[in-house]
Amino acid sequence: MAYTFSHLDHLESEAIFVIREVAAQFQKPMLLFSGGKDSMLILHLAWKAFYPARIPFPIVHVDTGHNFEETIEYRNRMADKYEVNLVVGYVQDSIDSGKVEEETGINSSRNWLQSVTLLDTIEEHKFDCALGGGRRDEEKARAKERFFSHRNEFGEWDPKNQRPELWNLFNGRKNYGEHFRVFPISNWTEMDVWQYIKREEIDLPSIYFNHKRRVFNRDGVWLAESPFNPMKPTEVAVEKEVRFRTIGDISCTGAIESKVNNIDDIIAEVASFRVTERAGRHDDKRSDTSMEDRKKEGYF
Amino acid sequence: MDLLRFVTAGSVDDGKSTLIGRLLFDTKTIFKDQLEAVEHTSKVRGEDFVNLALLTDGLRSEREQGITIDVAYRYFATPKRKFILADSPGHVQYTRNMITGASNASLSLILVDARNGVLEQTRRHTFISALLGIKHLIVCINKMDLVDFNQDIYQKIKEDYRAFSSKIDVPDIRFIPLSAKEGDNVVRRSEKMDWYQGPTLLYALENTYVESDYERVNCRFPVQYVLRPMKEAFHDYRGYAGRVAGGIFKKGDEVVVLPSGFKSRIKSIENVGKEVDQVFPPMSASIQLENDIDISRGDMIVKEFSQPNMNQDIDIMLCWFTETPLAIGSKFIIKHTTREVKAILKDVRYKVDINTLHRIQDDKHIGLNDIGRVHLRTSSPLIFDTYKKNKITGSVILIDEKNNYTVAAGMIL
Ligand SMILES: Nc1nc2c(ncn2[C@@H]2O[C@H](COP(=O)(O)OP(=O)(O)OP(=O)(O)O)[C@@H](O)[C@H]2O)c(=O)[nH]1
Ligand SMILES: [Mg+2]
Repeated sequence: MAYTFSHLDHLESEAIFVIREVAAQFQKPMLLFSGGKDSMLILHLAWKAFYPARIPFPIVHVDTGHNFEETIEYRNRMADKYEVNLVVGYVQDSIDSGKVEEETGINSSRNWLQSVTLLDTIEEHKFDCALGGGRRDEEKARAKERFFSHRNEFGEWDPKNQRPELWNLFNGRKNYGEHFRVFPISNWTEMDVWQYIKREEIDLPSIYFNHKRRVFNRDGVWLAESPFNPMKPTEVAVEKEVRFRTIGDISCTGAIESKVNNIDDIIAEVASFRVTERAGRHDDKRSDTSMEDRKKEGYF
Repeated sequence: MDLLRFVTAGSVDDGKSTLIGRLLFDTKTIFKDQLEAVEHTSKVRGEDFVNLALLTDGLRSEREQGITIDVAYRYFATPKRKFILADSPGHVQYTRNMITGASNASLSLILVDARNGVLEQTRRHTFISALLGIKHLIVCINKMDLVDFNQDIYQKIKEDYRAFSSKIDVPDIRFIPLSAKEGDNVVRRSEKMDWYQGPTLLYALENTYVESDYERVNCRFPVQYVLRPMKEAFHDYRGYAGRVAGGIFKKGDEVVVLPSGFKSRIKSIENVGKEVDQVFPPMSASIQLENDIDISRGDMIVKEFSQPNMNQDIDIMLCWFTETPLAIGSKFIIKHTTREVKAILKDVRYKVDINTLHRIQDDKHIGLNDIGRVHLRTSSPLIFDTYKKNKITGSVILIDEKNNYTVAAGMIL
């Protein structure tokens, strides 16, 4: 064997190094699992990082209650398949306990409320590190984030004062009550993710592929018709052949018109895209620095 | 397809972010929604052109102040090569972030504003690039549009830079006159500088041959994590997980475990779950040994006849990151490979004058952003190589025990 080691091999090896660092440096880490391809990828990488031992931390799902049905079934199936414990934090609980107030009306979303539920879940279980599927190529504030990203005791990110991060020496030291967010696939692009999913034959939720769905158009984004997405009188739902390019809460995830139903065609389609994957995310459109603002408050 | 990791450097406002924006734009890496967002923001701010720096200056404070504060990472590819680039800040206050971006790069783009020539930050970033072992520098003499694309100005800056850089150890230094704002000599050859016959920036980036950063001879395997599956089927399994930091490990090899010095033989090697015959850097692997010996995180598996140094006294070249000056006698946590030990600062050997590169032996004051050679004593031995020999086993960071902040980067001498 020559010294060949592909680009994907490099990314895989780096991610596994980071995941093992988390297991070694923290007392009670967890993996944030949204049911989307990026968090699924981390789960798969974690499996490989510790094989033949089990993954030494649970997965945590912050459930807005406004899910695609497929997501919950998929989440439970993956927890079984990868032999991990599942912890669920419910946004509904945060609303019921009066910790947050639900937005109402058109364009309302529980997406912002997730940060509160997440921080509560972290506190309740005394988690000291949350692994996440964030990638630097997704968004301009994410492009700035470290692999090991420090959070103060209020869960806040201070982008102007991040710790230096040299070579592969990750400093996960912290004071009591503080925690870290760690992003093992920081250096992966959307294309790398799809190529790796293909190579590893990773299971994905069915809604990444072509299906028929009733959708309506808002500001150029196709949103799913659902009780969680109140429509304006002028908006009409139509049935279309769609798929999702990213998966989040139903109120902020836009579908794209696509007949693609297998990974090879997804890869070809991704190569042809002229807009970023977050262009379909309603949550990012709220302001120019919407992602940074959410992240500062504890969003992943 | 091979990968080039590069970093931008140079003084504040010399046009680093604009250059990156231009490079991304002209290689058609920018998506429609990103471009629209930047056009929109530029318009709202009343700028009379599309400010391409906004593509990487993504933080609110950066956009407000028009400067880069922290590194932005961007990814792009041409048919020839993949690139990971780190756009770093020029402001002296954020030198630590520039070092963050440069620590994993194999090429530096040093920007110079044609109107201002070589400045202190140009020299500092050049020196830091050299210290970090970056072997390729491309000096981009930018804003040529503001000096009438004048060849004499370009030549003068080139000579000034050469006079300075002759004192540093970088084998490959090249110069390109360009305009990041107009795009001259970035991806497209300039029509206004026919006196320049060299390559465009993109051509240079695509065609610079970069040697591997990895040490292929001396075997180093820092143990990161011990795998003990509590499963019936793997009852006796005890795998040492880690990332190969040097050499090639093969099944059956005789090895020595440090610091204990116990000897054993490699029973099996797994590269992320799959059994393989050999592993080399930068593979993440798990190694099983034939004998049951006590090994934990921070130990290193090596070969008997090419052992690393093991010592409690080390000399490092250090870059200091915080306001509080470095004081002799102060204590730190030192992080080296997967090992963390305590260290005490015994002596400052000299400080480097960034402008002349002279060693100042009688100035022991190391303040924010200073660089100097220091002597540390650690609470237990480090198992190391010099940074020149192996970047992975030759690099350290210092952490302040009081606030857990990373206060210095160090390269072992
Ligand atoms: N005329 C002209 N202006 C330029 C050129 N390149 C950059 N500029 C301008 O110079 C200013 C600073 O550019 P930036 O790209 O933000 O500089 P920078 O080096 O990234 O600055 P820091 O990251 O803060 O160190 C901006 O107003 C740019 O529009 C050029 O080639 N020609
Ligand atoms: Mg900049």
